[in-house]
This record gives sequence, structure tokens and C-alpha cells, in this order.
Amino acid sequence: MQLSDFLIMRSELSLLVIIITLIHVEIFSSTRNRRKVVVVASALLLLHTVLGFFPGIEGELFGGMYKNTRLTELMKGVLNIGVFILILQSSGWMMKEENKGKSTEYYILLAVTLMGMYFMISAGDFLMLYLGLELATIPMAALVAFKLKTLKSIEAGAKFILLAALSSGIILFGISMIYGTTGSIYYADMMGMMEMNMLQIVALAFFVAGLAFKISLVPFHFWTADVYEGSPVNVAAYLSVVSKGASIFVLIILLFTVFKEMFMAWEILLYTMAVLTMTLGNIFALRQQNIQRFLAFSSIAQAGFILLGIINGTEYGMATVIYFVLVYVFSNLGAFGVVSVVNNNVGKLNIDDYKGFYQTNPRLSLSMLLALFSLAGIPPVAGYFGKFFLFAAAAQQGYYWLVIIAVINTIISLYYYLRVVKAMFLDRVEEPIAYIKSDIVTRSSIIISVVGILFVGIISQFFDWILFYSWGM
Amino acid sequence: MDKLSLLIWIPVATMIVIGFFKEPKKVRVIAAIGMAVQLTYIVYLLFAFFAERNAGNTDEMLFVTDLVWYESLNIHYAVGVDGVSMSLILLTGIVIFTGVFASWEITDRAQEFFITLILLATGVFGFFISLDLFTMFLFYEVAVIPMYLLIGIWGSGPKEYSAMKLTLMLMGASAFLLVGILGIYFHSAPDGGELTFNFIEISKISIPKDAQMFFFPMTFVGFGVLAALYPFHTWSPDGHASAPTAVSMLHAGVLMKLGGYGALRIAVMLMPEAAQSMAWFFIILATIGSVYGALGAIAQKDLKYINAYSSVSHLGLILFASLMFNQVAYEGAVLQMISHGLITALFFALIGMIYGRTHTRNIYEMGGLMKVMPILGVAYMIAGFASLGLPGLSAFVAEMTIFVGAFQNPDMFTRVATVLVISSIVVTAVYILRAAAIMLYGPLKDKRFAALPDARWYDKVAVFILIGAIAGMGMFPGWLGNMIFDDLTPMFSRFIAG
Repeated sequence: MQLSDFLIMRSELSLLVIIITLIHVEIFSSTRNRRKVVVVASALLLLHTVLGFFPGIEGELFGGMYKNTRLTELMKGVLNIGVFILILQSSGWMMKEENKGKSTEYYILLAVTLMGMYFMISAGDFLMLYLGLELATIPMAALVAFKLKTLKSIEAGAKFILLAALSSGIILFGISMIYGTTGSIYYADMMGMMEMNMLQIVALAFFVAGLAFKISLVPFHFWTADVYEGSPVNVAAYLSVVSKGASIFVLIILLFTVFKEMFMAWEILLYTMAVLTMTLGNIFALRQQNIQRFLAFSSIAQAGFILLGIINGTEYGMATVIYFVLVYVFSNLGAFGVVSVVNNNVGKLNIDDYKGFYQTNPRLSLSMLLALFSLAGIPPVAGYFGKFFLFAAAAQQGYYWLVIIAVINTIISLYYYLRVVKAMFLDRVEEPIAYIKSDIVTRSSIIISVVGILFVGIISQFFDWILFYSWGM
Repeated sequence: MDKLSLLIWIPVATMIVIGFFKEPKKVRVIAAIGMAVQLTYIVYLLFAFFAERNAGNTDEMLFVTDLVWYESLNIHYAVGVDGVSMSLILLTGIVIFTGVFASWEITDRAQEFFITLILLATGVFGFFISLDLFTMFLFYEVAVIPMYLLIGIWGSGPKEYSAMKLTLMLMGASAFLLVGILGIYFHSAPDGGELTFNFIEISKISIPKDAQMFFFPMTFVGFGVLAALYPFHTWSPDGHASAPTAVSMLHAGVLMKLGGYGALRIAVMLMPEAAQSMAWFFIILATIGSVYGALGAIAQKDLKYINAYSSVSHLGLILFASLMFNQVAYEGAVLQMISHGLITALFFALIGMIYGRTHTRNIYEMGGLMKVMPILGVAYMIAGFASLGLPGLSAFVAEMTIFVGAFQNPDMFTRVATVLVISSIVVTAVYILRAAAIMLYGPLKDKRFAALPDARWYDKVAVFILIGAIAGMGMFPGWLGNMIFDDLTPMFSRFIAG
């Protein structure tokens, strides 16, 4: 093995460089100069994101523990976009007095969890997968509890770490059973050794259940709303978009490679979870007043839709899932962006507080409108295309009843998305939220989201490009 | 730039220009100019269409442009028109142009109002020119969703409730439609070969019968809800009653025709076998709808409710005709779409104008208005006569054609249904004349009404154009009827063979 082989891991290495640079910036700058850290972190992440889209070297490291393919690069690229938008979004929060001297920690924790997700995606065996999972989870708890002086945030952190430990345990149990039946932890060795015996089915169920915690699929979703509500807005956005997206990618990679022969088993599992997740997520979202809880339940429901693409079981299904996650990154971060701007400036988080928002903040309201329409799947914005392709993926395999349940759920979801639209546009009140002048960085994050929402759907090249790389399984 | 895409780009350009202006006075002028350009362009297209046909071009669709959009699912941006869609595009052009004038007095958030209104119209234009089910469905939803904002922001009465009800019911319908479209797509190549969304291509093959039986009801109901299919019509009266004038005009006049057009062209034409074996059920529903709508209108006191129920009744006729499997009846269905579109747009425009003056829509609070506003009164009478099917006006032509076509079906069931549907026309006369008599004639009920102004110039523009179109269609139905009938022939011949 040569030293240059390490370039196969260039995304991880580049994150490492970012982390080390940030530590040095922290050391060599005075605490008063908070702006510097924010600027350096954003610039480095931008560079990292752009570089990530240049094709790297495909190959394996450490005897197959680590793999880099065009597909994993693509997945990482999607996550990078999310993290970049998020970093821009959180700049306003980082500049605030409460985070004095803490902003470097935030960026480093963010980068470390992202690195963990990279390792999960690039894993070639279960050990690496587990290491990545832990690396992505434990620092995340610190992020959730980032508002050290707020009781809710601490509580959310505690809840998160307990349930994360539980789900890790479940996954490990599943892995140990797989090891017991196949005698290996390498994905490559397992192909063809999965033969639907009882133990392997149980192993699959445990494994999927563990990941379902991370993706917050019903019935493993109970932590979601509380944790999202307790954590800072930007961390909730990170959890609901990037962390969720990464776990979905891992799930789909494993189901399509290691567990490919067990399609009959995971088909039933996913079918049930898809129906439950869509329906319950939506029903709980109907009555939420706090906008963070509302977005939490809406993101649960969205994950249910994603399962429709996975159940397709082919490269086309893979492409629809990656595409939907990309669309979801833009839409959900667009919505969270507006919420975080409002929260940073006036500290309000109830849907009722948004009444008459359009009277004073037309641009922010329109961004929110587009983001919500995209989440609901209204054409011509990107969410419509994302949902259509997912439904088409399920219909391709003849799951028409599943599609019918899904489309009924899109209507339920439309109701609660329209509730927010109603508060912003239809209701008129004497004293709406005053005009908010957001800074240029935050504003540019919302602009990026809106551009994504508007054009990722209409321009078909994005989907073609994702589909092209999905064939490289 | 191909010929038909301009129908989308002109409204889009208008919306963009409106985006630069805030003052209501400028905004409405820009909207009027944009829609005037659009209408002129449609008339030009109509002449170009006739020129092509007269030159012997017998292609099923003219001015076709076909661009690949999403290659993996074989989704195309495919546009083209035949006589059926061309006539509906003309209707849309007229209604949106007059709709702008009917909303001349809107000053509250005028910029947003006109942008949303024109967005709705853009969706309708896109729907009628689409040959690809995917884009068709996309434009359908683009046309539906602005309704929520239009009713919710600029409406009256229980507007938030009505807006939500309307949006959820229509989007719910479109959800089933989506399943239907996916089903059609994945069965569009029964012998192997490439799947397609292009409905002209699909109409040339036959979808397996069992798939048809599953997807036909979804597609038909999906479109049918928009055409106020009984018992899914309940969004329509509430929605229309709460909507601002121009939105009622566009919605009853044009948007509901999307349902009729889709039910005929997509549901029935692509899945004829299922349509024939399930026709009895939907014929019953359409008959109930048309009779029930007419009876419901009698019981109403609110002008908008009267007209909304009347729309349910007349749209029932369209759905009824689309299940007659008879070329004459189909021609009648399309004629009825146009005729009802014009008449109902005129009705809603007049109701809006009257309401804007008297601030009531309850017919019992009005009376003797003919003395105060003779122009509006006479126009209302003309609309009423047209609606109840007076010869010389448009509805007579359409309804007569439907009944002649329907009566050619010899079986007892269809005959009875036809007679029942015809009886709804008689009831129409009752509620139209009753409302007009109470509202327009007799002594002046309310002294305050004596000083009310008659139609202003922009009211007259809207009213006269619509009356002209209704009378023109009533007196010279030949060119329109022939254009529709001829272009139904290729569709229908495949239909008989299939």
C-alpha cells in the first residue's frame, strides 16, 4: 500500500484538514473576533463541497473495509450540499452573544459527525459501518445539547444519546447474528450467503430496526419530536436533513447489496413501515403548534415516502431515493432557514406567531411558501418531481395500493402545510412579526435553497446524472 | 420557439412584468395588455389552424412539438392541438381576458392577485396543449393550487374554510388521478416495447382489460371531481360562493372543463373497455348530478350558490355525454364545455358586479334592479336565457347535440337516463327565471339602491365580449361544431375498433 492510496479517502481527509484548520484558527484568534471563525468555516466547507464533485479515485482501502465509488461520492456530495447550506444558515446563530467562544466547537462537531456519515456510506464491512455510526452519533448528542443553559436542550441531548445507544445496541446484535451465520463481516463475502434462514431474517429485522431509529421510521420515531423541539433550530435541521439522509443512504446500500437475496423479507418490512410512517407522521403533524415539532413530524412522514423508492429494489429506485434526498435537502433546509432567521431575530417558534408574516416580510414568506409547496409536492417545484419519481418507482413494481396510501397521505400533508401558508398569507393581524433584516450570509443560504427548489425539478439533467451514477452499484 | 409554447410564455412574461409594479392601476393595465396579446395570439392560432386543415393537413394533432424531458421515464414535453383543444383554448383566452376586466376594482394586493390569477390561467393553457400525461398532470396541479390563495386571500364569507375544502378535494382527486396516470403509463406497452406518457400513442394500443378496470375508475373520478361529479361536487358551491369574481369566472368557466376534457379524452378514450362496462354506474351518478344540481339551485337564495349548483347540473351533462360512446354526443360534450364556460363566466361576472354595488347576493334583499342598472339587468337576462337553452344562444346548440347523440343509444337504460337529464333543463328555466324575476323586476326593494351606478366601461368590456361570444356561438355553431366533430373522428374510429 502506497501513501498515495490514501487519496481514495480524500473526502474524509479534506474534512480532517478542515477540522485541524479550525482548531488553529480558534487558537490564534481572539475570542472577540467571532466573525472570523464563521467566515473560515463557511469558505472551507464551500471549497470542500465543490471539490467533492470532481471525480476522485475509485477503489478500496484496508482490505475492503473502505470503498470509494462514484455512487458514494454522489451521496457524499448530496450531504455536502446540505451541510454547506446549513453552515451558512447557522452563521446568524453563531454570531449571537450566547455562542461567544463556542462557535469553533459547533463547526468541529458538525464536521466530525459528517465524517462519521462518510464512513458509514463508504463502509465495506460491518465494523467500519459501526465505527462510522458511532462517530456520527456521539458528537451529535453534544450538538443537540448545544444550548447548555436551556433545560430543554439538555433533556433532548440526554434523550438522544440514550436512544442512540439503544439503537446501536440493536444494530450490533443484528450484526453479530449475521456474523454467526456467515462467518464474516465483509459485505463482499456475504453476497450469496444470505439464504432466508430464520436467524438471518431476525438479523435483518434487528439491523433495519436499528437504522429505523436513525431515520425515525414509525414505530421507532418516538424520540424525534422531543429531540427536534429541544435542540437548536439549526441542529434540528441538521438532524432532519443530513443525518437522516445519510442513514437512508446506508439503508439502501445494504439492502441492495448484502441483503439483496432477502428481498422477500425486507419487502414486507418496508411496506409495513412505509404505511405506518407516512400515516402516523402525518396524523401527528396535523395538530402541532410549535413549528419545530411540526417540521419534525413532517420529516417523519417524508421518510415514509422515501421507502417507496427503496422498495422498488432496482437502480432506478436507488436513483429516485438519492434524487428525493437532494430535493428534500433544499426544501427542508429552505423551511428551516426561514424558521431559524425568525427565531434568531424575534425568538418566536409558534405557527400562530407567523400570522400576517407576508405583510411585513414578503420575501421570507415566499421562500417559506416555496419550501412548503416543495415538501407537499406541488408542481412545478422540485418536490413534485421527487415524489412523482418515488411513486413511479413503487408503481413500477406493481405496488399500486402502496401508492394509493401514499397519495392519500400527500393530501393530509397538504392540509398542514397549507395551515402555515394560511397563517402567513391569509391571516392579517395588527402586529405581525416586524420586518427582519437578515444578514447576507443567512440570506444567501435561503437563496440557494430556493434556487434548488425551483430548478432541480425542471432541469432534468440532475435526475439523469443521478440515475447514471446509480448504475454503478 | 414553437407556436404553442408561446401560449405559456405570454402569460409568464406578463406575470414577470407585473412583478415590477406595485400600483393597482398599472398592474391591471399590464394584465389587460398581456391577456389581450394572448387572446389575439389565440385568434391568430385559430386561423393558422384552419389554414392547415384547409390545406389538407389531416394529422391528428397540429403544431406538434416533442422534446424529451426525462429520458428514464420517457417523459416528453409534447404539445399539440386539435379542434377540441383549440376550441377550449379559445374559451380560456376569452374568459381570462374578460376576467381581468371583471377584477378591475381590486386594489388590495393587486399585484399578487393578478400574478396568481394569470398563473392559474397558465396552468389551464398548459393543460389543454399537453399531449403528455405527465406534463398534463403537472399543469393541472399548477392550475388548482393558486385557487387556495385566490379564494383564501381575496374571497368573501367563510373563505378560509371554502378554500381549504376546495383545495383538499381537488388535490385529493388529483392524487387518484396520479395513480391512474402511473397505471396507464406502466401498461402502455403490453407487447413489450417502450412505455410512454403520450396519450395519442397510448390510444393506439389497448391496455389490458384488468388494468383498465382498476385504473379507469380512478382516472374518471379523478377528473370527474373537478367536473363536479356527484357526490364529489360539494367543494364547488362553497368554493364559488367564496371566490372573488374573476376566480369564479375562471374556475367555473374554464377550470372545471379540465375535468370534463380529461374524463373524455384520457379516462374514456384510453380505457374504452372499462369505460363501457362501468358506464352504467357513472351514468347514474352524472344523471343524479345534473338533476340534483338543478333542484338544488331552486332552493338557494344566494346568487352565487344558484349559479354554482347550476354549474353542477350543466357539468353533469358533460360527464353524461362523455359516457354515451357516440360521436355526436361527444361533440355535444365539447360544445357544452365551451357554451357553459362562456355563460357561467358571464353569470359570475354579472353577479360580481351586482354584488360590488349592492353588497348583497341574497335575491330577496334585491328587487327592481332593472330600473337602476338596465345594462347589467339585460345582460343578466341574456345569460339566463342562454343558460336555459333558448335557441339562438350557445347552450341550445350544445345541449341539443348532446341529447340527439344520447338518444341514438337504443337501450332502455340510456333512454331513461337521457329523459331524466333533459328534465333538468326544464328545472333550469324555473330557477333562472325565478331568480331574475325576484331580483330584477317589481318595485325597488331598497331605497339605497336607487343611486347605484350602471355598468362602467370595464364592466361593459367584459360583459359585451362574453355576450358576443355566446350569441356568436348560438347563431353560427357550424364552424365550431364541424371543427370539433371532424377532429373527434380519428379518436372515435380507434375507439370503435378498440
